[in-house]
Amino acid sequence: MADPVTFIAKWLEGYLAGLGLSSGWISVIQAALGVVVLGSAVLLVDIFLVWVERKVVARFQDRLGPNRLGPFGLFQPIADVIKLLLKEDITPQGADKFVYNLAPILALATVIILWAVIPLSVTVVGSTINVGALYIVAVGAIGTLGIIMAGWASNNKFALLGAFRMVAQMISYEVPMVIAILIPVILAKSMSLADIVQSQTVWYIVLAPIAAIVFLIGAQAELGRAPFDLSEAESEIVAGFHIEYTGMKFGLFYAGELLHALTFGGLFATFFLGGWRGWGAETYPILGIGYFFIKAMVMYWVIMWIKYSFPRVRIDQMLSFCWKFLTPLILTVLSITAILDKVMTGLPYWIYVLVMLLSNLVILYFVIQAVGRYARKERQKVAEPEKIRVAFPVKSSTSTSQAS
Amino acid sequence: MLNDWLFIGLMLVIAPIFPIAALIIPRILAPKKPNPLKTQTYECGIETVGDTWVQFKAQYYNFALVFLVFDVEIVFLFPWAVAFNQLPLYGVIVGILFIEVLVIGLIYAWRKGILEWS
Repeated sequence: MADPVTFIAKWLEGYLAGLGLSSGWISVIQAALGVVVLGSAVLLVDIFLVWVERKVVARFQDRLGPNRLGPFGLFQPIADVIKLLLKEDITPQGADKFVYNLAPILALATVIILWAVIPLSVTVVGSTINVGALYIVAVGAIGTLGIIMAGWASNNKFALLGAFRMVAQMISYEVPMVIAILIPVILAKSMSLADIVQSQTVWYIVLAPIAAIVFLIGAQAELGRAPFDLSEAESEIVAGFHIEYTGMKFGLFYAGELLHALTFGGLFATFFLGGWRGWGAETYPILGIGYFFIKAMVMYWVIMWIKYSFPRVRIDQMLSFCWKFLTPLILTVLSITAILDKVMTGLPYWIYVLVMLLSNLVILYFVIQAVGRYARKERQKVAEPEKIRVAFPVKSSTSTSQAS
Repeated sequence: MLNDWLFIGLMLVIAPIFPIAALIIPRILAPKKPNPLKTQTYECGIETVGDTWVQFKAQYYNFALVFLVFDVEIVFLFPWAVAFNQLPLYGVIVGILFIEVLVIGLIYAWRKGILEWS
């Protein structure tokens, strides 16, 4: 009974074979059941995430959060769901109805589809396709499509502006984020997420800390969470792309956003924190699921921590941070990692780990120095603004201003 | 191997059913009393002026072009990363040269002021 999931799968296979079904149909039924169970489990966790989000933000802002319904307010999200289901669904005038309705479906469905390749445990994994990392990049990009569809179809200028900003942000930050994924792929020599987890005897956050940081920043921007929440900047464009959505359609966007955050937490755990790896996870796969969710929840909490700690950035700052800082940085790290990995084939593993870590730390040191110098220069610019040129020079011995 | 793709295929079919179900239930349960005032586009209390689908800033297009270059680059780099063990040092250096050529492209775009938001 060390592995109940495989046990149930085997029992089901035997039971269906006993009914006289062919092996092809058995695998179809098994896969369909797996999909339904995985999807339902993920959505159940999603409902729980609403409670986590509200409770944690309350603590950050020195409030109590939901505490009326059930122990610690645990049943609050269920009441929320029932309320959302009973809300009137308003379609604005002139909206493109088909696209307007399709957008929230895409927003949630793409996130559920992402979970198909994430290994939850050594035996519990939806699909071990050998292009897992590419699959995640591809399916993640469909989420962008859902947002621009929502903004475009709403027939609202605020929504359209929010969608434009969101798309500019998502496509920009996709570049450093995907290259950050490429580094674990180089280290593991495989795109399959199961292989990437399997090869992490030392967590990749030790071998590639810069890639981990860049991935986290990219995830934050990809999610559209503060400090990158320009698409829903309340003081500028009210609510951004989902301004015209009410009732359950808004609920789907909200659920999709929360689940996306947990998915990125899970992906961070898979790529950099060793996924399901932990004490006894090889012999008791059920423990692996626990380890995976603990790591994913910790990363989810870090994403929330960043969200509630930083003010919003301007759009020009957001774009130049991506294109002038993150992209050159991660390309440098990728080149150095690739060369070091090739040069050090055959050396003992601990030397390999040490050199990788040291190279990353050296790069990090120079980057911090450069950023510090840039910040000092910017601060100086603010502290000593340019002398205002006046049309009529003031008669003063100290004045250096000239007539123009 | 085929079973893995079967799972993905079923996922693509079954995953949208969850949100679609969540949209069908309110159709049955929720009230539906639209009136012209309620369905008006939100605009801080006043009526919207002009067409919604306005022309947008050309800067978005520039960033999309730069993104496209790097996205295609990444598609080429993934197979390179997977075949890393079979590559000689020469192959790795060629791959890095490919990255650096695109870095030169990025620097060119930077110098030309495409990355400025003005």
